[in-house]
Formats: sequence, structure tokens, C-alpha cells
Amino acid sequence: MSQTIHIRTASQENRIRPLPSSQKNHRIFTPGEEVIKAAHTNFVRGHGTYEDDGDLKASVAGVKEQVNKLISVRPLKSRYNGQVGEVLVGRISEVQQKKWKVETNSRLDSLLQLSSVNLPGGELRRRSIEDQHMMRQYLQEGDLISAEVQSVFTDGTLSLHTRSLRYGKLGQGILVKVLPLLIKKCKIHFHNLPFGVSLILGNNGYVFIGPPINDKEGNEGGFVQNLEEVVPKETREAMARVRNCILALAKNFRMLFDTSIVFAYEESLKYNVHELLLPEAMVDVAVLTQQRLSMLENYESH
Amino acid sequence: MSLCEAEKTFILHGVAENFRVDGRDREGYRPIELETDIVQHAFGSARLRLASTDILASVKIEIDTPLPEKPFEGKIEFFVDCSANATPDFEGRGGEQLAIELANILTSAYSAPQTLDLRELCILKGEKCWKLYVDILVLECGGNLYDAISLAVKAALFNTQVPKINNMTIDGENVDIDVSENLLDCRRLNVKHAPILVTVCKIGEHCIVDPSLEEEQCMMSSVVVAVSNNHFSTITSMGSLHEETLFECLNLGHKVAVRLNQTLIETLEKMPQNQDVGFLK
Repeated sequence: MSQTIHIRTASQENRIRPLPSSQKNHRIFTPGEEVIKAAHTNFVRGHGTYEDDGDLKASVAGVKEQVNKLISVRPLKSRYNGQVGEVLVGRISEVQQKKWKVETNSRLDSLLQLSSVNLPGGELRRRSIEDQHMMRQYLQEGDLISAEVQSVFTDGTLSLHTRSLRYGKLGQGILVKVLPLLIKKCKIHFHNLPFGVSLILGNNGYVFIGPPINDKEGNEGGFVQNLEEVVPKETREAMARVRNCILALAKNFRMLFDTSIVFAYEESLKYNVHELLLPEAMVDVAVLTQQRLSMLENYESH
Repeated sequence: MSLCEAEKTFILHGVAENFRVDGRDREGYRPIELETDIVQHAFGSARLRLASTDILASVKIEIDTPLPEKPFEGKIEFFVDCSANATPDFEGRGGEQLAIELANILTSAYSAPQTLDLRELCILKGEKCWKLYVDILVLECGGNLYDAISLAVKAALFNTQVPKINNMTIDGENVDIDVSENLLDCRRLNVKHAPILVTVCKIGEHCIVDPSLEEEQCMMSSVVVAVSNNHFSTITSMGSLHEETLFECLNLGHKVAVRLNQTLIETLEKMPQNQDVGFLK
């Protein structure tokens, strides 16, 4: 079944069009477009705008946002701009003196200080010279971590911390990259989905899909990876399905959060996992998910 | 981009279980999107998208003198450009090595006699022939470059229109060629047997086709086979292989290449002509 190879032509009827949005439409400004006319001089210039002959023009493609007199244009597609407290998934790109550099899809690599990680052996441990020498044994280049933004420096660099048992090195699983704006900001970004998959929706657009986590076996704030364990076939299938569902939603610009992913998973069950790679199936799953989400919305509002 | 040990382990176990990260089995191929005739000023062109690998191929034709040892044959030349748009690794001269490698493997794959009949391109024995310049631009790199490029080249060659020649006047040394004025008065090349490259990767104990970028990082060795008309025209391997594994790879490559070729030809023949769409429009 999966042996057939699909080659589709990029003709008009095959072209995938963006789904109509059910929410209210926002005006999208293109770069150089006038946001505020010169006559209205009562504004403050915000991000994503510039002044030209007294007019306020957009410097990025995006939607207008206004807070009192401050007018800014928020880009639709951009790298990740971090805010304190957000959950991230990142990849270690460099080990330095007392800190790790982490690739987090932002403009600049983020920093993870040795002093802001939980080292094995307890919460209130002093970080010694030995720990500095051992840094690569805790986290090395290429390792995936989950972390939280501790602070943002003036140049936009993020300082991360993993001082909670939730955060730390990630084990076996799949990393999916989507646009950061598609991740809905929620209270919880760590999910154990009902069909036996754990999910970390990083605010930076990196989504980590892993096998279910057992809280029973005393979690050590993760510097341990179990490379021996073979993920069973059913879990693997569920993970692959979640991966393909997330990509289907992301490709059709649907927001990603636990409910939408669960809906998409349920709607996708009529397809085999590998069939979800086909654009037609992706659109179908996204449309059905959207329908169920709006039904839920209507039900809640009445 | 480098993967961590745990991710690699996950991929490895997946391949062993015949269930890869995106749900394909070991022989599974990702869906392909293809369009032809998109470069206006070229004689033939195609753009192919395989997952996130994006290739643009175009063919230009010029008149040339045939090689003295092959007076009845035209010429074909490949040029690959790995643009830095594809991946930051190609910045500066980073992509050059890979580009040369890709062009070489295509040249070698097309040089076998039963692939593309170059005698079709002969105009006048020993004097004039058509020379095909195949330019390939890598727009995005998402793994499995070899396969994608060979498919794009084949589609572009299928799409190529060789002008018809009305008559020739031979005046001593000078040969005057009168090419048909009518732009639509062209003939197409027979590319049925043009080679298809298939990369077979060995991950763990098993072989897979169409590796994604992540899977390419986990492979121990790989074999690129060029298959045309049920024959291998070129085989290149990266890394060392055991004899048995090699034969396993060749079998798998052959099987998939035949399947790919069939689907590609079917798609190309069904493809509507002169449509006004394209990824650039």
C-alpha cells in the first residue's frame, strides 16, 4: 500500500488553497504600506513600523496592534521573540565556559548558564569547578532540552533555566519545527495525550513528541537518557501520527494546542499514518479539525 | 544541524521495526510535486518538490560540433548550482564540492549508451549536433538530493522541445542551418530510458530509500544507483559495504527505481500542456 509513489502535478486544481478562516478577518499590512496617515499625528511608533513624510508605514508583513497611542505591526512570520516564563524546546549548539549555547529559533542563540540548571544530586548544590569540567557530560552538542525563559537581554538574547523537574534533557522522540506564531500560549505546554504520547509545545515553534512519561519512577530532572529502551510499535505509530497531524495543521495555518491536536488525531484515524503525508489528507484533517473546534466554541458560548 | 543520541536511537529502532518516523515503511517514498515548462526562456524546464527538497531544472540547446570519435552523437552537459538559499552550509564555496559530485554522477549515469539516445541530437554527421545544457538549481535541501535531481532532470528533458531543421546548405567548410521559424514546430526527446537515481541508505541492519535529512544523519553508508531500462548505468557508494548488503541495496534500489520511473512517465504523459501556473506565479 505504501509502496505506491505519488507524483502530483502542481496544476491549478491540485493547488492547495489556504482554508477560510472562521475567526474575524484581520487586515494584513504589507511592508511599505501606510498604517496611519500623516493627518493623524497623535501616535507613537512601535515595532514593525517606520515613519515616512510623517506617515506611519509598516516595515513587516503583519497585523496592526494598537495600545492607546502606541501602534505596532506584528509580523505573521518571524523568528521567535522570547518572553520571560515561556516554555521552549531547544538544541545545544555549543558548550562554553559555565554556559551552553542553545539554538531556539530566535535571532540569536540563547544561553543556558551552568548556574541555572538542576544538577544531579539535589536542588541546593554548589556548582564546583568539577561541574564546569563535566559540563559536556550533562549536555553536549546536539542534545535537545526543554527550558523556560529566565530573562531577556537588551540585544534579544534569551537566558534560559531548567530549574524544575519538568525541564531538562529530552529523551527519545521526534522534533517537529513549525512557525512560532502557531503555538497557542497556554498555561500548560507539557501534555500527556490520551493515546499514549507525551508532547511539549515549545513557544518557539519547536514541538517535541515523545513516548508517554511515567511519573512513578522518580523523575530526576532529566540528565539521563535511556538509549536501551525500544519504544513499542503502538507508541511509535501514535507518535508518528501526532507528528503528521501537527504538520498537517501547521501547513494549513491552524493553531496548535492540546485540543486541536487531539481532534486532528481523532479525525486522522481513517487514514494510515503514511497517507497523512499527502497534501489532500493534510487539508482534510485540518478542515475537519477546524469544524470540530468551531463546534466546540459554539457549544461553549451558548 | 546535528541530532542527539536519543533521536538517532529512535530513528534506528524505527527502521528496524519497518516503521519510520513519519509512518513510512523502509521502501516508502514521500509524495512528490512536479510541474514542467515554468522557465519561459528555456527549451524545457521542470521543478520538483520532494517533501522539502526543491529542485529547478532547465534545459538549453545550442549548436555544437560533435566529438570526432562520436560523429553521430549530440552532447549533453550538466551543471548543478547549490544555492545558499538551500541550506546555510552552501554559503560561499560550501556547496561546490557537492555540486560537482552531483553533476559528475549525472554525467556518468547519462553516458551509458542505452539511456538517452544522443544520436537523436545529430544534425550533420561529424559537423553539427545539438548540445543540451542541463542546469540544475537546488532551491531547498531536505534530504535525498540525488533522487530529486534525477527526477527533475528527466522531467525537464521530457519537456524539452528541440527545434526542427528545415534544410541545410553546405558550402565547402561552411554549413548553413535553417531552423524552422515556427516556434511550435518542435520535436520532443525520447526520455523513456533516461536514468533515475535512487539513494539507498543503510541504517542499522536495514536499507531504506528516500531518507529525510534526519535519517541521512543516522546512516552508516549509502549507495546511489542509476537505473535506466532495467539496467544499472552507474553505481556509487559512500562508506564501505558488505557484499551481501550491497546486493540487497542494489535490489532495493532497482525495485524502487522501476516503480519511480513508471509513475514519473505516467504523470508526465498526463500532464496538461501550456498551463499558466507555476510556483513562481
